[in-house]
Amino acid sequence: MRRLPRSFKRALWVYHVATGSCNGCDIEIVAALTPRYDAERFGIMLTGTPRHADVLLVTGPVTRPMRERLIRIYDQTPDPKAVVVVGGCGSTGGVFYDSYNVRGPVDAVVPVAVYVPGCPCRPEAILDGVVKAAVELEKLERSEVSA
Amino acid sequence: MTGGIGAAIWQGATVLIGGALLGLVYKGIDRKLAARMQARIGPPLRQPFFDVVKLLAKENVVPDHAIAWLFNGAPVVSLAAVSSLLFYLPLGGFAPLLGGHGDLVLVIYLLAVPAIAMMVGGFAAASPYASVGAQREMVMLMSYEFPLVIALVSIAWRLSTILPEASVFSLSVLAANPLWDWVGPLGAVGLVLLALALLVVTPAELSKIPFDIPEAETEIAGGLLAEYSGRNLALFYLADAVKTVAMAALLVALFFPYGLADRLWLSGPLAGLVDVAFFLIKVLVVVFFSVIVVRVGFARLKIDQAARLFWIPVTGISLVGMVLLILDRVA
Ligand code: SF4
Repeated sequence: MRRLPRSFKRALWVYHVATGSCNGCDIEIVAALTPRYDAERFGIMLTGTPRHADVLLVTGPVTRPMRERLIRIYDQTPDPKAVVVVGGCGSTGGVFYDSYNVRGPVDAVVPVAVYVPGCPCRPEAILDGVVKAAVELEKLERSEVSA
Repeated sequence: MTGGIGAAIWQGATVLIGGALLGLVYKGIDRKLAARMQARIGPPLRQPFFDVVKLLAKENVVPDHAIAWLFNGAPVVSLAAVSSLLFYLPLGGFAPLLGGHGDLVLVIYLLAVPAIAMMVGGFAAASPYASVGAQREMVMLMSYEFPLVIALVSIAWRLSTILPEASVFSLSVLAANPLWDWVGPLGAVGLVLLALALLVVTPAELSKIPFDIPEAETEIAGGLLAEYSGRNLALFYLADAVKTVAMAALLVALFFPYGLADRLWLSGPLAGLVDVAFFLIKVLVVVFFSVIVVRVGFARLKIDQAARLFWIPVTGISLVGMVLLILDRVA
């Protein structure tokens, strides 16, 4: 993989995937985009399609119907990309861990770079998670260069 | 042009690179000011540069079912068309580089090319979102072209009645002889109406809120651009930035072509510098009122509302402007 330009982490575009969340974390993501938290000052923008995205914000445990969709969306996102799991459900299964239609936490389906805990998590934590995803992207790049 | 081919290439390259840089700077200003109006801090002014560099580093996905050559060709054509617009527009005191080879009519065509290229790219992407976006773009194109052309042609016609000898469609002639100096009160009102119509057409031409219907992110997932990523998206991004400058420069050339240097009795390089700075400010003012304020102040219209807006009120305003210019001539 080529070296990522320094601009990369200053212009992370995120795409929001809800794989079965209770909508709590989704509302916090929206809160992170409002003028109060102003994600755009870090260059973070919400895109309407995974094709434009660098970071996938995944909320909720992965339910049976959403499993296939999540994999498809992950594949549709152009490289280099990182997945940020938002909320306890996505990280571990949370309160839905033994639900009959849950196929596990997000990292059972796609590779995850950053976990943002909380039920729901604070908008500050989400912004922090997206910024950390940039660091993860760099590590990924370094490991692939050395490999 | 006396400098020969070498000098011409240099000038061309300067205009192209300068136009791209300027477009990105104006995009940065646009985003910063919009953020300030929404009580946000907003991204740094350099943000569009980060975006473009990032997009160039991304993978360029071509969907399986897309027609690859059309899909990849559309962004190139789009950027090429808007960049060549810069050769035909007077930029801050300098006559257009290719002014002798193309006029207002060519500019109208070149303005439509990026929209058509996006439409072709959207249909070629074989994505339902992109197809819906392309159909909407088509409707938009049919809606705003009419008032745009009425306004431009009325201005040229009125000038032809004053200067029967001159080639009135040439942009350097239009910019050198602002109509305001010739028309009476009726004509002045007509000109104001035409300027107003063009100010409404500008955000539609540039696909900005409230007329970003073909790209509507929240309903059709980016529409025309839904399948574009990486390099292709960067080209569209640049084309959009350059088109903003070109459209504003066209409005400036038609309605506010005055320079500052003559009035301040300056000459030499200083005069050129002052005129360029003044031109940049004029472009910023046009962008501010026709793009930034509008995009912060309004929500997106529906496609039928936008079509009705352009077909009835805006066309009406430009027709009244045209009639006033005719009356001004008769009176
Ligand atoms: S972590 Fe909590 S708030 Fe977030 S989706 Fe799960 S249950 Fe809802």
